[in-house]
Amino acid sequence: MSLILEDITLSSDGQPHIYQTNLTLEKATMNVLLGATLSGKTTLMRLMAGLDKPTSGRILWNGEDVTGKRVQDRDIAMVYQQFINYPSLSVYENIASPLRLMNKSRSEIDDAVKEAADLMKLSNFLDRKPLELSGGQQQRCALARALVKGAGLVLLDEPLANLDYKLREELRAEIPKIFEQSGAIFVYATTEPEEALLLGGNTATLSQGRITQFNKTPDVYHHPKDATTARIFSNPPMNFLNLNKKGTEVTFSDGTVASMLNSLADGEYLAGFRPNHLELHKHHENAIKFSAKLNVTEITGSETFLHLQHDDQAWVGLVHGVHDLNLGEDLSVYLDPSHIYTFSQEGELVLPASYAGEKR
Amino acid sequence: MKFNKSALVMILYILFLMLPIYWLINMSLKTNQEILSTFSLWPNQLTLDNYMVIFTDPSWYGGYINSITYVIMNTVISLSVALPAAYAFSRYTFMGDKHLFFWLLTNRMAPPAVFALPFFQLYSSVGLFDTHIAVALAHTLFNVPLAVWILEGFMRGVPKEIDETAYIDGYGFFTFFRKIFMPLIASGIGVAAFFCFMFSWVELLLSRTLTSVDAKSIAATMTRTASASGLDWGVLAAAGVLTIIPGALVIYFVRNHIAKGFALGRV
Repeated sequence: MSLILEDITLSSDGQPHIYQTNLTLEKATMNVLLGATLSGKTTLMRLMAGLDKPTSGRILWNGEDVTGKRVQDRDIAMVYQQFINYPSLSVYENIASPLRLMNKSRSEIDDAVKEAADLMKLSNFLDRKPLELSGGQQQRCALARALVKGAGLVLLDEPLANLDYKLREELRAEIPKIFEQSGAIFVYATTEPEEALLLGGNTATLSQGRITQFNKTPDVYHHPKDATTARIFSNPPMNFLNLNKKGTEVTFSDGTVASMLNSLADGEYLAGFRPNHLELHKHHENAIKFSAKLNVTEITGSETFLHLQHDDQAWVGLVHGVHDLNLGEDLSVYLDPSHIYTFSQEGELVLPASYAGEKR
Repeated sequence: MKFNKSALVMILYILFLMLPIYWLINMSLKTNQEILSTFSLWPNQLTLDNYMVIFTDPSWYGGYINSITYVIMNTVISLSVALPAAYAFSRYTFMGDKHLFFWLLTNRMAPPAVFALPFFQLYSSVGLFDTHIAVALAHTLFNVPLAVWILEGFMRGVPKEIDETAYIDGYGFFTFFRKIFMPLIASGIGVAAFFCFMFSWVELLLSRTLTSVDAKSIAATMTRTASASGLDWGVLAAAGVLTIIPGALVIYFVRNHIAKGFALGRV
């Protein structure tokens, strides 16, 4: 089982939505499409499902060209971000509907529905109509329907985005379980890097209709190919600043001088680091000190987000604990050089942060 | 006792509304002689003879049968044409769709009288004159656009993702439309049917122009009761009462959806 997108493009009214894309999804893999809203995740998924036709290119399913094939004849299941069920049918009939269309026997359908409902904790609600359920239950009903079909390709388009925090945590833990049981190719679209890391498998990062990188999730996280990928796969997005390497010294755009990155050739570079690596205290003897103006703080309870202005760059810092800081104050923030990714000025990765280790 | 002004206004208003209907019922239960000779707030000699005339005379009850026949024909035709049209307008974009959708309503911008002459001449020449289908078809000219507008509004309220989920599940278009989609817009279909029914039921000019004997409508029958002996007031009033009933029944069934229907489903 495999899904191959071959030179797929999509444009409408001359406006490109998906630039030329090649992607191979192997059997029994979890594949995460990670990108901001409007980056093309849903569009790409609709192409995989066959709901939209690519402008050019082919889609191969198990080696067979399925580009123009009807949605009905494809081996797929899909769950949307909105809770989509058939409001006029009971939960039981909702889950049973794909099986009924496959002309399965009554007892077979009953067993499958009961099993899926059990897994999705819907057993007590089978007689209800979907709209009489809570949001989380509605989405579980949609998941159960997708699951029961036993399709080879399961597409989940931000299935948890419209749920509240608690339910999201709950369902997030269940999705890998479903995946393991099914042996299908899963494609999971999300805007949240945490979700990608939690689900594991492979991750494709998307930006403005392009896949910027596709690889094993930890690899993409630790070794982003370019600055765009690094920005997408970091929440809050990665912070950047310019640096100039000359001899053994590195001069940052604000004039801070440090001795680091010895293997780097001389020249201008772009340095990037994740918000959670910024510190308020010097924990590391090599840590570089920057000064930045504090614009806003957001306290979430166990963590504090610091919105900083450093030179002409807006930075975000994520530090543990609740900090009582004055807005508008000039802060000293510290950064361990081993957490710095170095990109060329065009955005290509030159040197990964040393903490991330060698690329496997 | 405290005097309730708003209650008084309300009572006066209801009296005002109900008076013509009461007077109609009042008349229908009187004899012609009593109607013409004395002024009485209620029938002195209660009689059901007027109703008996209608239920026994084929030219009277035939009028009801004819009207009901073409009204139902019209409603069925209008809905079966408007459903796919509304679905297309709500789900697809095609060349000129917005213009076409707007200009559909132009048929309703002219009074039916404008179309009486062309319909009469056309139907006479193709042999459709004085048939139920002639009136039904003529009324679809007004009802299809309205039904399309109402249904499109209701259909737009159903997320497109439901259609797609159904296709992914394996539903063919027609099974999906019948089993999944129609129940979701059932109230819209009810309201559209109501509007078709009401227009066709109360429309007089076309139905009178396009029929003579075999398919004569009740409204036309009522306008032709003047005879040598003058108007038959009592029977006419009884016919009026009976004409109100179907409309009242239909309104009763769609009363909860009617506001949405007037807003063409866009509430």
